[in-house]
Amino acid sequence: MAHKILIVDDEPNIVISLEFLMKKEGFEVAVATDGEEALAKVAAFNPDLLLLDVMMPKKSGFEVCEALRADPTRSGLLIVMLTAKGRDTEVAKGLAIGADAYVTKPFSTKELVVKVKEMLGVA
Amino acid sequence: MLSGWFVALLSAAYLALLFAVARFGDARADNGRSIISANVYALSLAVYCTSWTFFGSVGRATSGGLSFLTIYIGPTLMLLCVGTIVKMIRISKTYRITSIADFIASRYGKSQMLAGLVTVIAVIGVVPYIALQLKAVAASLDVLFEQSGHAEIFWGLDSTFLIAVILALFTILFGTRHLDATERHEGMVAAIAFESVVKLVAFMAVGLFVTYGMFGGLGDLFQRATASPELGRLLQMDETRAGTWTTLILLSGLAIILLPRQFQIIVVENVDESHLKRAVWLFPLYLLLINIFVLPLAIGGLVFFDGQGVNPDTFVLTLPLARGAEALALLAFIGGLSAATGMVIVETIALSTMVCNDLAMPLLLRSRWLQLAKRQDLSGLLIGIRRAAIALILLLGYIYFRAAGEAYALVGIGLISFSAVAQFAPVLFGGMYWKQGTRAGAAAGLMAGFIVWLYTLLLPSFAKSGWIGNGFVEQGLFGVEWLKAQALFGLSGMDEISHCLWWSMFANIGSYIVVSLNSTPDAVEASQAERFVDIMRHGRRDADARLWRGKTSLGAVVELLERFLGVARARQQLQAYAETRGHADWRELPADAEFVHFAEVELAGAIGSASARVMVASVVQEEDLGLEEVLDILDEATQVRAYSRELEFKQRELEAATAELREANERLRELDRMKDDFISTVTHELRTPLTSIRALSEMLHEDPRTELTDRKRFLGIIVNEAERLTRLINQILDMAKLESGRAEWTTGEVDIGEVARESMDSLGQLFREKGVALDGDIPAHGPLVLADRDRLTQVMINLLSNAVKFVSGDGGRVSVKVAAEAGRVRVVVADNGPGLTAEECAVIFEKFRQGGNTMTDKPQGTGLGLPISRQIVEYFGGNLWAESRPGEGASFIFTVPLPAPEA
Repeated sequence: MAHKILIVDDEPNIVISLEFLMKKEGFEVAVATDGEEALAKVAAFNPDLLLLDVMMPKKSGFEVCEALRADPTRSGLLIVMLTAKGRDTEVAKGLAIGADAYVTKPFSTKELVVKVKEMLGVA
Repeated sequence: MLSGWFVALLSAAYLALLFAVARFGDARADNGRSIISANVYALSLAVYCTSWTFFGSVGRATSGGLSFLTIYIGPTLMLLCVGTIVKMIRISKTYRITSIADFIASRYGKSQMLAGLVTVIAVIGVVPYIALQLKAVAASLDVLFEQSGHAEIFWGLDSTFLIAVILALFTILFGTRHLDATERHEGMVAAIAFESVVKLVAFMAVGLFVTYGMFGGLGDLFQRATASPELGRLLQMDETRAGTWTTLILLSGLAIILLPRQFQIIVVENVDESHLKRAVWLFPLYLLLINIFVLPLAIGGLVFFDGQGVNPDTFVLTLPLARGAEALALLAFIGGLSAATGMVIVETIALSTMVCNDLAMPLLLRSRWLQLAKRQDLSGLLIGIRRAAIALILLLGYIYFRAAGEAYALVGIGLISFSAVAQFAPVLFGGMYWKQGTRAGAAAGLMAGFIVWLYTLLLPSFAKSGWIGNGFVEQGLFGVEWLKAQALFGLSGMDEISHCLWWSMFANIGSYIVVSLNSTPDAVEASQAERFVDIMRHGRRDADARLWRGKTSLGAVVELLERFLGVARARQQLQAYAETRGHADWRELPADAEFVHFAEVELAGAIGSASARVMVASVVQEEDLGLEEVLDILDEATQVRAYSRELEFKQRELEAATAELREANERLRELDRMKDDFISTVTHELRTPLTSIRALSEMLHEDPRTELTDRKRFLGIIVNEAERLTRLINQILDMAKLESGRAEWTTGEVDIGEVARESMDSLGQLFREKGVALDGDIPAHGPLVLADRDRLTQVMINLLSNAVKFVSGDGGRVSVKVAAEAGRVRVVVADNGPGLTAEECAVIFEKFRQGGNTMTDKPQGTGLGLPISRQIVEYFGGNLWAESRPGEGASFIFTVPLPAPEA
């Protein structure tokens, strides 16, 4: 059974590219465009991995991550934070609140795919 | 009926006792065991209470009720100014001041002219007061002998003349036994203190006798007073006389220091500054005691002699006599005699010193006669002059008494004197606290005040006595209405004393200040001003010695001292001085500046500072110090102070600088943080389109088999994002240029209406595509503003494209309005979109703030359009802001100032 990936980003073009990329790799993909929608989709779609943008309206990626990590039933959920802000403090913050990986935009599609597969153990 | 001889013998015995006290005091002083204690000093101040107090207070109380008290409240208040009096004493001791004339002259550059002026005013002002004492003694004798008209009782001589002669002899014996270098008369002070006790005891004895012997005590007296409407008036504060009260309190407060005898006792005769502390409460207590029975005596007299026409000024004597208490009456007479003699002795000594030092000496020093007799010992001459002056002053007093006679009540004369000496107040106190006061100013102030006093008070009193016509009082001088002596410039409704005080002080203080500010002091004046005002700070000799430069020989100076002080006294002082400087013999003393200063101060003690300066100058080749030089030296003297002030100033500066630096640092840190945020935001904005471009192009590149529809879609996105990136970079650069001021502007006359129309045309297609209505309310021509046409177009397009972005395609409407108003053009771009909250109205002008918060209407702007537009509008001197409420559309408004019309 294919792994499920939820893509959360407010930039439509980034969503389009990530969705295409992940589907092509054979994952089952869902999309959310803000933090609140992301939490709702996690509950409904029950993904194995989250590609989570940091800068979003309504609820930031950090807030979504924190909320999910506070939920013990979701302890197995993998979270990859995506951010266009490259500052070290942001990376540190993301990892500190429980993200499993941190990827800065623009990213290499190849590397992202490798990383995602590695994390899901499908390499 | 008392025997004349008995009274004469009793008086002589009393005077002999006084003399014995004085000798005792002098002897003790010579042995270095001064009997002047704080108590003696405080009691001697009571020389203030003359026969005017002793007899006159009761008289005054019968007419003015409680207002007699003002004369005693003033001094009590004045003594509270201990600091001022101590400063005066310190100055006088340091510079051997001998009198109030000397004090004022010394302050204003040791001016002989000022010393003379003060002396003349004092003599003219005080002689009536002395006459008053003679009159009081004569009147009391009349009462004792139940007769009037000052009968010729001894050898065909008028009794008052006899009294004057006796007082003159007594004063000469008292005050001029030897010429003391310090001009202190400890024996005299002791005798005065003794007299103060005598007059207090006498007055209280009469008071007790009348109150408890003749009436049933204070309660009885006051009951009688309240029972009679006429007497009841005496117990009330008369509100209509409030002005007079103030005047009298002020006058008497000044008199306690400025009357020559008071200055003599308080300042010159003071041996220890700390004695003043005792006097501050003991003297007021004395005044209280001597006043307790004034009102009972007044009431008692009025009740007892109801309708008999007995002079209230004599109640103190007539009440005991009426009951046959002759011994008590004699005690009262002796009390009155001590009050009169005390005043006359100290006053004439003080005045004679002033006349000798400040009038006679300057004349003698100029005369040829003195130059010829240069080698003579002059100390004898000085004493002779003083003795003559004493005799002369008493003679003047007698003449005034004969002339004025019964014309004026006792109290009137006293107040005339008080008003005369009050004229010294501005220059005296001004000189102690105001360095800018000059000699010219002091002379002008004194003259002006004195002339007004003469015209408004002394001459009218002469007119009342009938000596001169009273036309200038009734009709004004030369018939000029506003020159009426006691309603000057139409100021009426005041009593004569208040009127005189008001105008004389106005003229005095006004002239003193105005002339002082408009005249330049010479070197001596400037240095004296510094010394007097800063007396509490300066060391004594150091500052002084450096202010003098010249050449002299020891012999010449010593000879000078011997001439004026007498050989014995001069050598004694020289020896004492030599020892303080560490020489065994005064002949070893160097003739340096300090020595010359010592000699001048010694001489000043004998002949006054002004004359002393002239004499010293005659034996010393002085090199003139210029004003500049003196000021320089004084500057040096205050250098330490200046340094510490400078240090304090520096420290404050440093503290201020530190605070400023901290603030600047804080600002820099804030700027740094903002820059960091900005860069982080820019990075984010640049990376976001790059992310899509990179991801999509990598996928296209790696997988050539991508379907054509996807390929087309992806390429479209890549093109759009590349455009977005380009736009973003352009705007960031634009913003940076605007902010750093490096933007290029082509400023010219721009028709702002035309700009609006063109911008609307160029975006017309976009509006039509979205189905948004666009209309304009724009004048056909103008208005014209000075601006950059392209930049204004940029603003218009930015506002219009923002508007079209936010309105809905269905029923959306955007309207543009251009109108000129007061001095500016106002352009409004209004839409009927979702509107903004008040908070949003503010933040949308921040960089990278974009309107709209949801994915659905995420705007495709860069977040830089509005900040750039605002920069542009502000560059032209206008403003750009938004007005909106949620749900009611938004208006973006900017103004540009109209060019000022050509004048």
